[in-house]
Amino acid sequence: MTDDLSIASKLPAKQNWRRYFSFSTDHKVIGIQYIFTTFIFFLIGGLLAMLIRAELLTPALNVVDRPLYNGLFTLHGTVMIFLWIIPCLAGLANYLVPLMIGASDMGFPLVNAIAFWIIPPAGILLLSSFFLPDGTAQSGWWSYPPISLQTSSGQFINGEFIWIVSLVLLGISSILGGVNFVTTIVWMRAPGMTFFRMPVFVWTVLSAQILQLFCLPSLTGGLILLFFDLALGTNFFKPLENGDPIIYQHLFWFYSHPAVYVMALPAFGIFSEIIPAFSRNPLFGYRSVALASFGIAIVSAFVWVHHMFASATPGWMRLTFMVSSMFVAVFTGIKVFAWTATVWKGKLHLETPMLFALAGVVMFLFAGITGVMLAAVPFDLHVNNTYFVVGHFHYVVYNTITMAIFGALYFWFPKITGRMYAEGWGKLHFWLTLIGANLAFFPMHPLGLQGMVRRISSYDGRYQGWNIVASLGAFVLGVSVLPFIANVVVSWSQGIKATNNPWHATGLEWVTSSPPPVENFEEIPIVKRPPYDYGDPKVAVIEPVGEEGS
Amino acid sequence: MMLTLFETLLLGIFIAAIVVASHWFGQQAYTWMPVAATAEAEQVDRLFSFLVAVGAFIFLGVIGIILYSILFFRAPTGDYSEGHPSRGDARIEILWTAVPTVLVLWIAFQSYDIYERLQILGLTPVVHLHLQEPAVAQTVQNQAKPAVEQIEVIAKQWVWSFRYPNNITSNELHLPVHRSVRLVLHSQDVIHGFYVPEFRVKQDIIPARTITLVLTPNRTGKYRLRDSQFSGTYFALMEADVYVESPTAYSHWLEQATQQQKKTAVNPAFSAGAQSEKTLLNSGWRTGSFKNYT
Repeated sequence: MTDDLSIASKLPAKQNWRRYFSFSTDHKVIGIQYIFTTFIFFLIGGLLAMLIRAELLTPALNVVDRPLYNGLFTLHGTVMIFLWIIPCLAGLANYLVPLMIGASDMGFPLVNAIAFWIIPPAGILLLSSFFLPDGTAQSGWWSYPPISLQTSSGQFINGEFIWIVSLVLLGISSILGGVNFVTTIVWMRAPGMTFFRMPVFVWTVLSAQILQLFCLPSLTGGLILLFFDLALGTNFFKPLENGDPIIYQHLFWFYSHPAVYVMALPAFGIFSEIIPAFSRNPLFGYRSVALASFGIAIVSAFVWVHHMFASATPGWMRLTFMVSSMFVAVFTGIKVFAWTATVWKGKLHLETPMLFALAGVVMFLFAGITGVMLAAVPFDLHVNNTYFVVGHFHYVVYNTITMAIFGALYFWFPKITGRMYAEGWGKLHFWLTLIGANLAFFPMHPLGLQGMVRRISSYDGRYQGWNIVASLGAFVLGVSVLPFIANVVVSWSQGIKATNNPWHATGLEWVTSSPPPVENFEEIPIVKRPPYDYGDPKVAVIEPVGEEGS
Repeated sequence: MMLTLFETLLLGIFIAAIVVASHWFGQQAYTWMPVAATAEAEQVDRLFSFLVAVGAFIFLGVIGIILYSILFFRAPTGDYSEGHPSRGDARIEILWTAVPTVLVLWIAFQSYDIYERLQILGLTPVVHLHLQEPAVAQTVQNQAKPAVEQIEVIAKQWVWSFRYPNNITSNELHLPVHRSVRLVLHSQDVIHGFYVPEFRVKQDIIPARTITLVLTPNRTGKYRLRDSQFSGTYFALMEADVYVESPTAYSHWLEQATQQQKKTAVNPAFSAGAQSEKTLLNSGWRTGSFKNYT
């Protein structure tokens, strides 16, 4: 980095809200910028979802017309994945990773700021396509050709055009972020912070970002070829011009399946931080949990064809990818069992972060089980492209990952703001979310088993019962964010001052002040203890075997 | 980990209870599916029941432990004293890596076995399917015919049509019961998907490729075929009636269809009904078409 940049990052921060709207290179400011921006997109994506659910209250088409419905689910998926979960977790990691490893900032502060500042214009560009004469992209977030190449206006700039441009921009942002995270974690750890003293959250960010660096170029390449087909008249993916639409599916899922783990791994990291702190026990099997992150990352790079079992996929490929997909369950199983064992015979505190974490683990287990079912080819051929799949992945992206994000925001709220949130409002938010999420997404499983296909704007009357339940659940979820927003706004300005370590948690981020100074630590700490150093030796329930560290 | 007699007993009761419960869930799973109308559907349902039973066992087991902990291992309010210091146990960690590995291999083997029985892709004659054929069907005439009835399925935005062996085209899919049918799938524009929930197996239809799907309907009745791969504006309306009927009724319908004037199904893109759908919000966005691409 150049000299003036390192000077810029050392200037005293303007201690007011304006710095969050300025071009800052402080990883903590950027982290909050990410989280705030992506939360706005989360609310927009949620509104799109509620419009979809409003349409599906009744079998007939009566709320939105069909092209608009197709635009709604296309943008709902795109916004939630590429503008909420992935960048929001990047924001959390941005804030936390340097603090957790005892660094004063990210490796490349300027690159960090650029990666963030790509996101707002790319998101606004995507949403602006609602105002085009023929609207947004309408081919689903997969954008499979040839349907994605079928534009209604025939104009050069259309919804699909904007969708591709904005996704390529978001991809560039993710790559910049990935390079930065990997560099920071590998090279900027404090003295004594060995790999096996890193918190699991840092392990999961590292594995997720390496996975992203490995797989994302495939999507970008696929999108660029799709762009050529759409705008310049090439025939890469046009089947009737000797192009091959199946190649696009491979290029797309080669990233977009691992993307699920780019999102899920940090969520597992969040569970691994919150659960030991609120159980007062060390994370059980820390090393195997940390290494399982890389197990998940490696295996998940070779499972993408399970999205294409019903496509033009030969039998041998179906069966190979069935087996590889099922092996993800072994590595995620290690984590679920470890969290369960951590809770066992602990001293549990059920404050809001812990409630979100425990509920997230339970619902992730459910999602994992339906995931193994989906990997079984003969069963998948029945439920492929039905609401069973929609239910399964919403249990992952909402009931697991979004639950983890909320848990993290409550857990680190005192650290980030220097104030405590209101516990009662937090619990209200939790219960509304838990009830709403299960009402919204559980009914999708029976609907899918009964054969209701996804992406339909009107449906057979026999599916109405469960659809009403799902729609009500979606509206409950819409309401559930209100206590969260109220809590954050009021507590940030008027909450009780937080101590450095209100949860009595281990981890370097709890050593420094709340909120941390610009340089993070008065002096760079020297790490001498293993992570998750909880536990009173006098109350051992299992004779410690293979004691690590110290 | 030493357990007292009481704890061992408790653990035994817990495991027995979740074994019984997961077996029950496995049996219930059959009723969560639509009726099974093909020989393939019965295989798929058997696999689903197995998956539900195994999944329920793991889910209930882990949830049981977490719920027990939430109920009995609570810290008094404000007591942030430490729990136990156990950082792991190599034996337990190896166990919970090895057991799921074996379990996953077992599930994969069961799925592979059932996939082999389906033999839904390609031309291979399906041995077990012939066992399903009733003796009555084994007439001289039937033996002279190819063992597999072949019907061409043509998908285009947003209508289905079917071409039968005697070159009849219809917008209804008629299938003889207890006879394996080879469906030859074609698309004239975008990717579509062939899906009758009661038949279970689903197959995408890729333009400029021929993909075949072999099925043996074994239950007469009227079903609904629907497009299962998103195909644009009127995707939701791309359905067709499917009739599984006795061989005599089937050949009767074929004869009738030969004599009758061919009826064409209404394409929702051009039908007045779909064009005048009243909705609360109107985008005014037009229907996608291949203006740039034919």
